[in-house]
Amino acid sequence: MRLLFEKSVLGRRGIRVPAADVPTTINLRGDLLREAPAELPELSELDVVRHFTELSRRNFGVDTNFYPLGSCTMKYNPKVAERIASYPGFAHLHPLLPQLRIGGMLTQGALAVLYETDLLLREITGMAGFTMQPLAGAHGELCGMMIMAAYHHDRGNDKTTVLIPDSAHGTNPASAAIAGYDVVSVPTDEHGVMDLKAFKAAVNDKVAGVMLTCPNTLGLFNPHIREICDVIHRVDGLAYYDGANLNAIVGKARPGDFGFDIVHLNLHKTFATPHGGGGPGAGPVGVTEPLVDFLPVSIVVKRNDGTYALEYDRARSIGYVAPFYGNFGIVLRAYVYMLMLGREGLAEVAENAVLNANYVRCRLKGHYKLAYEGVCKHECVFTVTDEMAANEVHAIDIAKALIDRGFHPPTVYFPTVVKESMMIEPTETESKETLDAFIDAMIEIAQLATTDPQKLKDAPITTPVSRPDEVVAAKNLDIACL
Amino acid sequence: MPFISNTAEQRQEMLAAIGLTMEDLFGDIPKDLMAGSFKLPRGLTEQEVRNRLADLAAKNHIDLTCFLGGGFYDHFIPAAIYGLIGRSEFYTAYTPYQPELSQGTLQAIYEYQSAICRLTGMEVANASLYDGGTALYEAMMMALRITGRNKIIIDDSVNPIYRVMMHSYTRNLRIELEQTHCEDGLANRRRILAGLDNETAAVIVQNPNFFGCIDDFTDIAEAAHAVGALLVVSAYPISLGILKDPGSMGADIVTGEGQSLGMPMSFGGPYLGFMASLTKHVRKMPGRIVGRTLDRQGRQAFVLTLQAREQHIRRAKATSNICSNEALCALTALLYMSLMGKEGLRETAQLCADRASYAYHRITAIDGVRPHFHAKWFFNEFVVDLPCEAADVVARLIEKGFAAGFPLSRYYDGMDNALLICVTEKRTKQEIGMLAEALDAVL
Repeated sequence: MRLLFEKSVLGRRGIRVPAADVPTTINLRGDLLREAPAELPELSELDVVRHFTELSRRNFGVDTNFYPLGSCTMKYNPKVAERIASYPGFAHLHPLLPQLRIGGMLTQGALAVLYETDLLLREITGMAGFTMQPLAGAHGELCGMMIMAAYHHDRGNDKTTVLIPDSAHGTNPASAAIAGYDVVSVPTDEHGVMDLKAFKAAVNDKVAGVMLTCPNTLGLFNPHIREICDVIHRVDGLAYYDGANLNAIVGKARPGDFGFDIVHLNLHKTFATPHGGGGPGAGPVGVTEPLVDFLPVSIVVKRNDGTYALEYDRARSIGYVAPFYGNFGIVLRAYVYMLMLGREGLAEVAENAVLNANYVRCRLKGHYKLAYEGVCKHECVFTVTDEMAANEVHAIDIAKALIDRGFHPPTVYFPTVVKESMMIEPTETESKETLDAFIDAMIEIAQLATTDPQKLKDAPITTPVSRPDEVVAAKNLDIACL
Repeated sequence: MPFISNTAEQRQEMLAAIGLTMEDLFGDIPKDLMAGSFKLPRGLTEQEVRNRLADLAAKNHIDLTCFLGGGFYDHFIPAAIYGLIGRSEFYTAYTPYQPELSQGTLQAIYEYQSAICRLTGMEVANASLYDGGTALYEAMMMALRITGRNKIIIDDSVNPIYRVMMHSYTRNLRIELEQTHCEDGLANRRRILAGLDNETAAVIVQNPNFFGCIDDFTDIAEAAHAVGALLVVSAYPISLGILKDPGSMGADIVTGEGQSLGMPMSFGGPYLGFMASLTKHVRKMPGRIVGRTLDRQGRQAFVLTLQAREQHIRRAKATSNICSNEALCALTALLYMSLMGKEGLRETAQLCADRASYAYHRITAIDGVRPHFHAKWFFNEFVVDLPCEAADVVARLIEKGFAAGFPLSRYYDGMDNALLICVTEKRTKQEIGMLAEALDAVL
């Protein structure tokens, strides 16, 4: 498909700009101007619409079909949330308005959304206060690590290290490192959870905290979670809960009750905001009472007269991690979702997510090798069987064969603690019929892996491109058409 | 329950098929760790929730005529953007890990990277960062990596909202952040040049700066390069329709807030951080990057590339912790730049400047109102001194239906009477005239 720039026709226009009704400017000096306009394409509106409509047809979303991308929680994104986010009262609100004198009164609806979301998230996680500022999950991790650092600084603690299990998402060690900590990786035990002995051996006075996902990226709930939090507290360390997998336990159990001190949530995972092909996300961070003072500014507070206000004067705050109040449009969608599901609905999210994952796990375990036995939470991790390996069938071949059968593949090659891993996360919104169709496709592929493995190597054959050369992409770098 | 497809009967059928009960499925959570409390309200229907949110939306006053800017702008958004950005093949997709199913997202990002390079006059761009502020922070970190140094010089004409963010991020790191105080509305050359030394990683400036004043940083770039330091420029993309691009000034890294490229203000986000640089620095750049390659049948294909810089491969040693960025916002910006095109963007920028110039003359003609700076070159924002406290005047003008501007006392000492006024192409001659009259009346 041709590039947008290759479709450009000299003199063609997509938009007409109003003619100036004021004298031509005298506020610009010639040498401060560019010599020629930027070489943007010249296209009609129809050209643009056709180009992007065609691009959209070369994409696969949750609305297209089943998208069991493990750890990414590709659940259905309710249309009502999109509709509400487009209400002019929200979409066209200037973020500086509440910073003007009496301006807070002009944004009471938006401040109410932020305040109410904070209260709902507190109850869902067992935390004492939230910030909506972080603009994505990883940004929430960094914010959480900054809060951890501020806590230790405040206590006069000399802490240098953060402990993170080797099954963790890569953002965890990266966030801790960017916040200024050394990272010590803790191995996974034979049951698929962080090795308790190795963890205890790694804990010392220099340890600032531990960062954990629970259930973890293998879909397993750590039975020692309470003890882990207790051990870290004994050296005045903090327990950080990566809420990427909260969707597995929402309404059933809360990280605050486990003993965690800091929590971040990926709103698209538990609260169904769309992922946008790689963002925008939102990563609110919650903390327990002793850490509330360290949350970023500003914080929305409710005054005695029932009105909402932004509070900036917080001496122990870590400051600003984002320009305003977070990705408000995303927080708003999550708020809508929480309101619609309510108490029973949210508990059913966890139940159905876990049921769907275990249904897939049990139905596929005779056909693929399960990485870890036993009940899983929101996702299950398989690997290739010995027979498949002998036929040189890899996880990537199974993934590509699924594409030809109309499904998005699971996450492959992550977590790295399992070789040839295939991490399947069905989510709660999918039906039994969809799961059955997926399971049938997986079984058919497993059979092909024995009878005709070349067919899998040839896949996909139904897509506009097939197995692009990533090595060449990195070697002969072409990342912009100039 | 809303959005859950399985019926109670199906759930029973599935449990029976796998020989487990719902209790079994949660049996791995120790009993004493089950939720101590879960006091949430009952769920609402779609009709109820839409009514409730419509009431809340009505409590936000978007009816004020907006002269507020400060880096976040009320620009016109073409209708075609909404139509295309609402295609769920784009917005319900994940990060494009499977290129065969993501050529739409991947090609769009490649085109976005290209458009950003063309606009900024740079050679490479990434797939997006969260916003203009975090993009500037990432540029600072990138400059530290490239130079192996730890001192940064930043002028206080850079957006103060970004500067307070940089302070938060660097608090626990060994980074020397030296701030220069602008001189008559422009980056303080004297202090910047004096501060440049062999320890300096980068000079950070902004164009147009927070006061709307425009500048050419070619001299600063030369001085920085002479000591092995980099020039980082934060830019306002609409202004690049007519202003000299940072690449021509010798910038090494260009970042900015992309909200003005077709995104609604949405009370602070989602926005778009863009970043562009030079080919020689690409391996030190944070964020996703899309590259063009061939598939095994020799067809053009797009993939995520240079992933060895990123957290999912390098973990603690990655160039950044960023994972999700602002892909859909980058797509919005690309749609905007495509619809505007070469001439449309130039005309839009010119109209902003023309109307701002008109507003400047109307407003400074009011008795007691005078320009704050002698520097007379500005794009679409300017600072005036009022005869009394600006915050107070703005409050009085809100009652008359105007968001008249941003009082600078919030971020700058000694600027109690200074007001930053912004004029986009959406503000008509008539609205500008009404603001001038209203301002005259309240003074």
